[in-house]
Amino acid sequence: MIAVIIIIVILVVLGIIFAGVYNSLVGRRNQVDNAWSQIDVQLKRRHDLIPNLVEAVKDYMSYEQETLTKVTAARAAAINAGSQGPQAQAQAENMLTESLKSLFAVVENYPDLKANQNVLSLQEELTTTENKISFARQFYNDSVLTYNNKTQMFPSNIIAGMFNFTTRQFFEAPEGDREVPKVDLR
Amino acid sequence: MGFVVALLAALGFVIGAAVIGGTSGGIGLLGVFGIVAIAWSILGYYSGDKMVLAVSGAHQVTHADEPQLFNVVEEMTIAAGLPSVPAVYVIEEAAPNAFATGRDPQHSSIAVTRGLMQRLDREELQGVVAHEMSHIRNYDIRFATLVGILVGMIALVADFFLRFSFFGGFGRRRGGGSNDQAGAILMVIAIVLAILAPLAAYSVQFAISRRREYLADASGVELTRNPLGLARALNDIADDPRPLRAANRATAHLFIVNPLKNKKTKEVSGVFDTHPPIQKRIAILLQMAHVGPEALVPGYRAAALAAGDGTAGLPGAAGAPHRATSPRPHDPPPPPAVPPAPPA
Repeated sequence: MIAVIIIIVILVVLGIIFAGVYNSLVGRRNQVDNAWSQIDVQLKRRHDLIPNLVEAVKDYMSYEQETLTKVTAARAAAINAGSQGPQAQAQAENMLTESLKSLFAVVENYPDLKANQNVLSLQEELTTTENKISFARQFYNDSVLTYNNKTQMFPSNIIAGMFNFTTRQFFEAPEGDREVPKVDLR
Repeated sequence: MGFVVALLAALGFVIGAAVIGGTSGGIGLLGVFGIVAIAWSILGYYSGDKMVLAVSGAHQVTHADEPQLFNVVEEMTIAAGLPSVPAVYVIEEAAPNAFATGRDPQHSSIAVTRGLMQRLDREELQGVVAHEMSHIRNYDIRFATLVGILVGMIALVADFFLRFSFFGGFGRRRGGGSNDQAGAILMVIAIVLAILAPLAAYSVQFAISRRREYLADASGVELTRNPLGLARALNDIADDPRPLRAANRATAHLFIVNPLKNKKTKEVSGVFDTHPPIQKRIAILLQMAHVGPEALVPGYRAAALAAGDGTAGLPGAAGAPHRATSPRPHDPPPPPAVPPAPPA
């Protein structure tokens, strides 16, 4: 009788532990998905802002058509890469960041443009979007790290294996991408 | 928190015993205090943030009013992974300072002064907002509001009692020799406790507040990954000698830097300081950034800004691996929270 009770108690305790680990795995995975959608929101926002910026500066920049074309092309490529998984998307978005950087460098050479209120506020919006992308990426990567650790560490890896909790990819940024386009506005 | 509640209970019991007489009087008044304290706390829990904001003369702003401030708050919300963006308030005053209030991340507000926005650049503003966002994420805002309310109640009760006993408000209505003597002793204990309790309560509140400031500095840096921004912001705020008129003793501990007096030179904190010494906070942040105090010199930033076309010779810039202009210049060398580059 006592043996039966002990076995039942052990089973109940194991069940509680099992449920706890399983639930925390689900929670972490949802956090990763949520963080990813945050990045997505900001990337889309950047894609939406770029045509406005190009529109605002193109009349001033008759000699810089090449820079503008590059930005537009990079934007199109980034939108296309959206469905090809984190790695491809990260690469395309990084290209877009580079092209924006060179655009802002060119803007520096046009005093009229730098003083234009419309361009100024677009610059602030793009700066914040760049920041939001990198902060969202930071939060996503932190979430992935915690989640991956949980799926690989003992004992939660056993339950992760049983229910097919696969590890997730990091959103990688190349060296130098940490610098957003230089905008020194106050 | 427990200590503050116990203090309030002891104060209620002794004053009750002294004034009304006997243990029953003590327990009776203790009960009254308990009910009032609970009611007070519930009121504070739900509307403490609105009271604090109103007292500080803060008005809410939108993205259209203050795009940069609003954007920076949104950035830090994303970095902290919080579900909703706090309400943004501005206090129209020249002294630079900021605070956060509310009961949880869904019901929170961040207020900054006009002077702070004018004085700080984007990177520094980000550091300050990250500090406040950490207070929100760590639920310091709820704690600070509740402790503030209970401590305020202790002070009020003690003050009330002391005034009454000095003016002889509690006449000896009971006769009887030995009872009278016991009553007198109880009265003395009550007076001593009424004097000491507020001091003890304040010292607890301030000790908590000081610890949370260090924590918010550190977790703010975890959000921005840029200790120098906050360090320079604190240095700028400390440089400003003006006290903040919108702050008072009850709200002082909420602000990022003590708004009542800017003691810049002090090295150690006293029992009645709401904030740790600002120089010590700056020193810790500089250590995180692996730079010396030269990074705080205004010329460091001005020179870096001017260096948009080239690299003007910056003192100490050779050791600093970044330009101070970009909002997020670099990762600090490996703090544990930074995700390592994964193997492909």
